[in-house]
Amino acid sequence: MDLNKLTLKQAIDKLKKREISIRDLYADVEKAIEEKNSSLNVYLSLDKEARQKGEKLLDKPLAGVPFAVKDNFLTRELPTTASSKVLEGFMPAYESTVTQRLMDHGGVVIGKTNMDAWAHGSSTETSDYGATKNPRNPKHLPGGSSGGSAAAVAADMCIVAIGSETAGSIRQPASWSGVVGLKPTYGRVSRAGVVAMGSSLDSPGPIGKTVEDTAIVLYMIAGKDQYDATMRNEPVPDFTKSIGKDIKGMKIGICYIDHKKLRSTPVEKAVNNAGAVFSSLGADVKTVPLSDQLKDNAILTPDYSISVYTVVQRGEVSSNLARYDGIRYGHGRSNFGAEAKRRIMLGTFTLSKGYADRYYVKAQQVRSLYIKNFQQLFSTFDVLISPTSPGFALKLGASMNSPMFGELEDMLLEPSSIAGLPGINVPCFHDEKTNLYLGLNIIANQWEEEKVIRVADAFEKNTKWNEWRNA
Amino acid sequence: MTNYMDYTPIIGMEIHVELATSSKMFCGCKNDPFYAPSPNIYTCPTCLGLPGGLPVPNKKAIEGTIKLGLALGCEIQEFSKFDRKNYFYPDLPKGYQISQYDQPFCRNGFVELPEGNVRIQRVHLEEDTGKLLHTTIDGAHVTLVDFNRSGVPLVEIVTEPDIRSSEHAKTFLKKLYQIIRYLKISGADMEKGSMRLEPNISVQKTDDRRQMTERELPNYKVEVKNINSFNFVKKAIDYEVKRQIEILEKGQTPLQETRGYVERTGSTVSQRSKETADDYRYFPEPDIPPYRFTKSYIEGIKQQLPELPHQKLERLSASYGISIPDTELLIETPDRADYFEACIALIEANNEYKKITPEMVAKSIINKKRDGMTHSPHDLLEEQKKKFEDSNINIQDVTQAVDQVIKEQTKAIEDYKKGKSSVMMFLVGQAKKILKGKGDAEIIKKLLSSRISKSGNSS
Repeated sequence: MDLNKLTLKQAIDKLKKREISIRDLYADVEKAIEEKNSSLNVYLSLDKEARQKGEKLLDKPLAGVPFAVKDNFLTRELPTTASSKVLEGFMPAYESTVTQRLMDHGGVVIGKTNMDAWAHGSSTETSDYGATKNPRNPKHLPGGSSGGSAAAVAADMCIVAIGSETAGSIRQPASWSGVVGLKPTYGRVSRAGVVAMGSSLDSPGPIGKTVEDTAIVLYMIAGKDQYDATMRNEPVPDFTKSIGKDIKGMKIGICYIDHKKLRSTPVEKAVNNAGAVFSSLGADVKTVPLSDQLKDNAILTPDYSISVYTVVQRGEVSSNLARYDGIRYGHGRSNFGAEAKRRIMLGTFTLSKGYADRYYVKAQQVRSLYIKNFQQLFSTFDVLISPTSPGFALKLGASMNSPMFGELEDMLLEPSSIAGLPGINVPCFHDEKTNLYLGLNIIANQWEEEKVIRVADAFEKNTKWNEWRNA
Repeated sequence: MTNYMDYTPIIGMEIHVELATSSKMFCGCKNDPFYAPSPNIYTCPTCLGLPGGLPVPNKKAIEGTIKLGLALGCEIQEFSKFDRKNYFYPDLPKGYQISQYDQPFCRNGFVELPEGNVRIQRVHLEEDTGKLLHTTIDGAHVTLVDFNRSGVPLVEIVTEPDIRSSEHAKTFLKKLYQIIRYLKISGADMEKGSMRLEPNISVQKTDDRRQMTERELPNYKVEVKNINSFNFVKKAIDYEVKRQIEILEKGQTPLQETRGYVERTGSTVSQRSKETADDYRYFPEPDIPPYRFTKSYIEGIKQQLPELPHQKLERLSASYGISIPDTELLIETPDRADYFEACIALIEANNEYKKITPEMVAKSIINKKRDGMTHSPHDLLEEQKKKFEDSNINIQDVTQAVDQVIKEQTKAIEDYKKGKSSVMMFLVGQAKKILKGKGDAEIIKKLLSSRISKSGNSS
């Protein structure tokens, strides 16, 4: 029956109409997991009683549907390891706000997915529990750090998933795995109960098969939480209302494709084609020229954002990992992997006396220039589009011995991440030979997820790149 | 021969005060570390430093800090924030303490004292650490950690080195303590650990001091820890000043270090001195947005301030004509001041008390140590009323009783004339007995003594 191939929207509809049963849905999902997990290494832990839990939740909005959740979200029922040996077997005493809200709305956490250890990466290869393979082409990486969640969706080993993004960790694996990944505005979704990586950047968000699926989930999990002081007080709009809207007259800017690394590449072509699609739908599409200076109506080159992100994030990481001393929980510090150690050392250095002004403070100051740049651009544009990743998913092993791998791969996403903006990845090209995808990144101003969703949904519905839409 | 007067102590103070809020600084756990029946019962993901725990600031604690800053004459900063102070210690679960570094809530205040004003450099807010307990279990030396105190709101007050003697330090601390009690923001109990202090002490030749500008300080300072009462502050400072003068007399400079006060000997001993200063790698706390207080918000808090000691002192002594020293005693604690005013209010509301003056009430409170615990305002006034009635007794009756006593108590009178002045109490008691308890003891005493001296030799 392949009920595991249903989208969230379809699954909820069919379940509520009693066209399908929870039992059959879980049977198909669990079969897919059984068949593929050992080869793809998507899930680190699974809840054997997920189906029974789902059966009780039919009347709730999410109707008992199974979710794959990245292993940096604290869950009481399943271990939470952040893919590190330091937290091997760690059973939290409390639940993250995001998974609690999911469950309150009738979702079930069927398992915790693999990730780059501590979310330090863009490949899922730096997991202490082995790499996850890209379901589209297992010789390739799924992207990261939410690689397990993106792969779970791509392989129909769940109906929908939860990931988190610090700079690219939702959108990039979504791009490489050919699925939809929605990074909300920083402060839209609670970070309480999520293993902290870059505290001023971390944004939990949904990864799913369609734009609509991610809109449904975001609406369920977003909103003020008393346990997170960095959240907005405003009520959450119903993001599902942005589905099926036309985009006539919306102002769309194409960015970054004139960067020297992207010229004459498949992504340049794919994004230009996307621009044409939007034009044909009545949007007002313009190219935004790249600039290495802060200039009105130009986009600041992402090159500096690599340094900004690297310094700020590693500084915060070096402080956030200090609590893992093995005294109150977890195993000792000797269990930190090489990448974690690198980041701790670099972060400590850039915050240290005599260097903090030169590195950390400088990085935060340049960060404000990116914020200014986007504020100015969004006074003229509704959304900006760009490639999500410079290219297709790279092969297994590509990230090894390349400490700045992630930062370079995520270059196009770092500006919007450091500015706290919302963004989405939608597949925008499929290579028949390799079965790999390219992704389109759509971003908007802070708190304007509705625009992002609206434009992404229009793109998805008017192109053939979404495999579930064409099913 | 060392002349200690040639030297001036240069002393600054660092004081930590635990705020008595219901919950901790960054989480909803109960703030009651001292009375907790067991260790580690007031904990949660935030104050235990569990993965994913986030801080959410306690508004009352911030308001309490601003109130203290205002009461100490500080400027409340337009922009302020929390910062992370990174270091490792088993009682610090996150591996960093959330504190304030370069942009604290309050700056540039002062406390007026007769010995000299003490400037307040800053007042900031931070979280307390857990508590370590060194003990032996089954013969093994262990250290246990109790996190009940982890995350308790802690106000830190830093003064400029304006204190010039141990007495000055004590006066300053008493004043600070009084202000804190008036604001009702903390028990400030040194024995319970809700108030901790560390003086920073240096000494300078008085001549050099006069020539130097205010800004030039000695090239070293000694921090003294482990002081548990105001009396010990005085002892510690006295010892330390003497120790430093002796070194300076030798032409040497005292070592810049941290020393611990030893109660038993009243001395200070060197603690393991640090070769390098700690690098705390301060950076703005990313989990807590910064603060931009509006003028109206600060005004609102100012309105909430209770009458402060110096204001009460002025008002009470002016309104009721009581001497300044007496008024200072009356206002020593807010409870005593309130008690005084409750008595006055009762007088004004009841005609039967109208002969009782505020001064009488003041004297009763001060001399007889009346307070609200043992005597209600009503009780005190009744006592005064009775005194009037007693003194309204016919002066002739009193004189008669006095004469009777002098006649009867010949032995006692002899003793009194010989110089045994304590006998007077007995004689007064005898007179009162005759008067059946009435009569004012002071008047009786005066009469007795004047008549005894007049009587001269035996009649």
